[in-house]
Amino acid sequence: MIWVETVMQGVTLGGLYALFAAGLYLVLGVMRLANLAHGAFIVLAAYVILLLASLLEIGPLLAALIAAPALFAAGWLLQRLLLNRLLGEDILPPLLVTLGLSIVIQTGLEKGLSAQSRRISPGPLETATVEVGPAVVSLLPLLSLGSAVLVVLVLQWVALRTATGRALRAISDDPATASMVGISPPRLLAGVTGVSLVVATIAALHAGTLAEFQPASGTAYLIIAFEAVLIGGLGSPWGALAGGIVLGVAQTAGAALDPEWEVLAGHVAFLAVLLVRPRGLFPRASG
Amino acid sequence: MAWRMSTRTPASVAAGLMAVVLVGGAVVLPAYASFELLGELSILLTMLVLAQFWNLLAHHAGLVSLGQQAFVGIGAYGLFAAVIAYRLDPLPAILVGGASALVLAIPVAVLALRLGSVQFAIGTWVFAEAVRLGVTQWNAAGGGADLSLPLEAREGMLGADWVGATFDVEAAAARDILVYWSALALAVLTVGFVYRLLRTSGGLGMTAARVDLVTAQSVGVRPARMRWMVFLAAAFGTGVAGALIFLQGARVAPDTAFDMVQWTICVIFIVVIGGLGTIEGPILGVLAFYFLQRALVGYGDWLLAVLSVLAIAFMLFAPRGLWGIVHAATGLQLFPTRRRLVRNRGEVPPKKAAGN
Repeated sequence: MIWVETVMQGVTLGGLYALFAAGLYLVLGVMRLANLAHGAFIVLAAYVILLLASLLEIGPLLAALIAAPALFAAGWLLQRLLLNRLLGEDILPPLLVTLGLSIVIQTGLEKGLSAQSRRISPGPLETATVEVGPAVVSLLPLLSLGSAVLVVLVLQWVALRTATGRALRAISDDPATASMVGISPPRLLAGVTGVSLVVATIAALHAGTLAEFQPASGTAYLIIAFEAVLIGGLGSPWGALAGGIVLGVAQTAGAALDPEWEVLAGHVAFLAVLLVRPRGLFPRASG
Repeated sequence: MAWRMSTRTPASVAAGLMAVVLVGGAVVLPAYASFELLGELSILLTMLVLAQFWNLLAHHAGLVSLGQQAFVGIGAYGLFAAVIAYRLDPLPAILVGGASALVLAIPVAVLALRLGSVQFAIGTWVFAEAVRLGVTQWNAAGGGADLSLPLEAREGMLGADWVGATFDVEAAAARDILVYWSALALAVLTVGFVYRLLRTSGGLGMTAARVDLVTAQSVGVRPARMRWMVFLAAAFGTGVAGALIFLQGARVAPDTAFDMVQWTICVIFIVVIGGLGTIEGPILGVLAFYFLQRALVGYGDWLLAVLSVLAIAFMLFAPRGLWGIVHAATGLQLFPTRRRLVRNRGEVPPKKAAGN
């Protein structure tokens, strides 16, 4: 029954990847903004949680709750002051600016805090396990899968059931017409980027307790986040979860064959999906 | 015919003459310059090639690639394979590097050219990562360890004897001069190729299609074939540049050959700082890069961060880069691509016929 455990592991790993992807999905889906700094922001959030937890001597969950509003504010300001001026048909300007921003954040963390690997201590949860059917799974990865499902459910609910969600879908379909009927994109979009960084904080809490990270980890987080979003397609937040799980299972299956193939197997799965479905598993109806 | 089409301007004629003088001077430079300077110039010339091709792809073809490091790396490994396994002379082996990149570019193009722009950017990046990991695990390519060019291949390079005798230098220095000349030739050919391409109707049509696909298509532009051609040409040129860069160092490893930061991110910042969408821009960008590097000697790990901050600032406040500022202030265009009607020389302007 080894393959059952491999798949279970892949699915829970996919939950973490879906958390990386969900925040990115939000900005890419609503405003076609390819935020190349998303990975760097996840690392930044992980460091904020780590510092808060050790300075205030509190648990990582409480630290994340304090960090989240700060990251929301950072995202809000980033969108308001910088990115809103660069949005348009051409994806290049925001892409270049966020690329620069990711380097600035990474260098800042390396210079300010050293390039050493760190980990957020999860406390007693570290060794906890649960039995799922025939397999024994550690609790921490399972919690990240639970968080991912929760985040996707919330995003879906907001998009489909609230006035804000309706306005966002309108902006996503046609920003010019949306602003004609009284929707104010600049402020709403600032909120979207803020929420996307709150999701990044949730991702950071899980990634930072599951494994070590360092300032340069942002690149690895970023490529996985993009792969998961693009495998899933931009039609539904469930796509981010599906994409994360495809990646996670591909990686654990690859690692089961040869540990060195873990990362490569994920990339091959991404390229294969793009070959068959260029717009992902759940593409948008238009655009 | 009293009228003809031309892209020539007085400034471009002057620039052309100046370019001839500059290139001529650059060819005889090894007789006067220190080897340190020649080495630095070789690197800058290859960076210029990478920047010209990235700009051609991103601005003119609308193909924003984050995976050009794949072609740099495979170009380097192509050269090393040809020299080590097939005992080819390093100088012609540079072209093997280009050819390897060209071959690699075909599957990338098949997969990526039909994708949306975000998917294209990420797809090329993932492809490059997959190639890097593949090369790292491939034992014949050293299995992730360093490969060195054998000494006898380096010293016995085609023409090294002649250069050594002419400039009265040792074998190692003669090799550096040959690498420098190759880099110079590649840079001149690249600028010439890009300039020529952008003046053809196909090149103009491709740029038009990037700005407004529907309108361009309505006047008969079909960008698909041009984009294929440009993508493959960029891969070839980038591969040749990669082969040259690592021929100069005589040593290659997967992490340096497929380094995204060095061969793609740095190059992107150079283009943005110099000026997107022009031939002059990447040239100015490479010069800016050179002076920044000199200014930050001893603070090397800050270079990339400074480049990013500058690139962000230019993107926000002067999206046309340094050359955009020069152009706005002087109206200067050294490589004009705009077609204008000019009167043929020596012909009298036709008089307005009365009563007609």
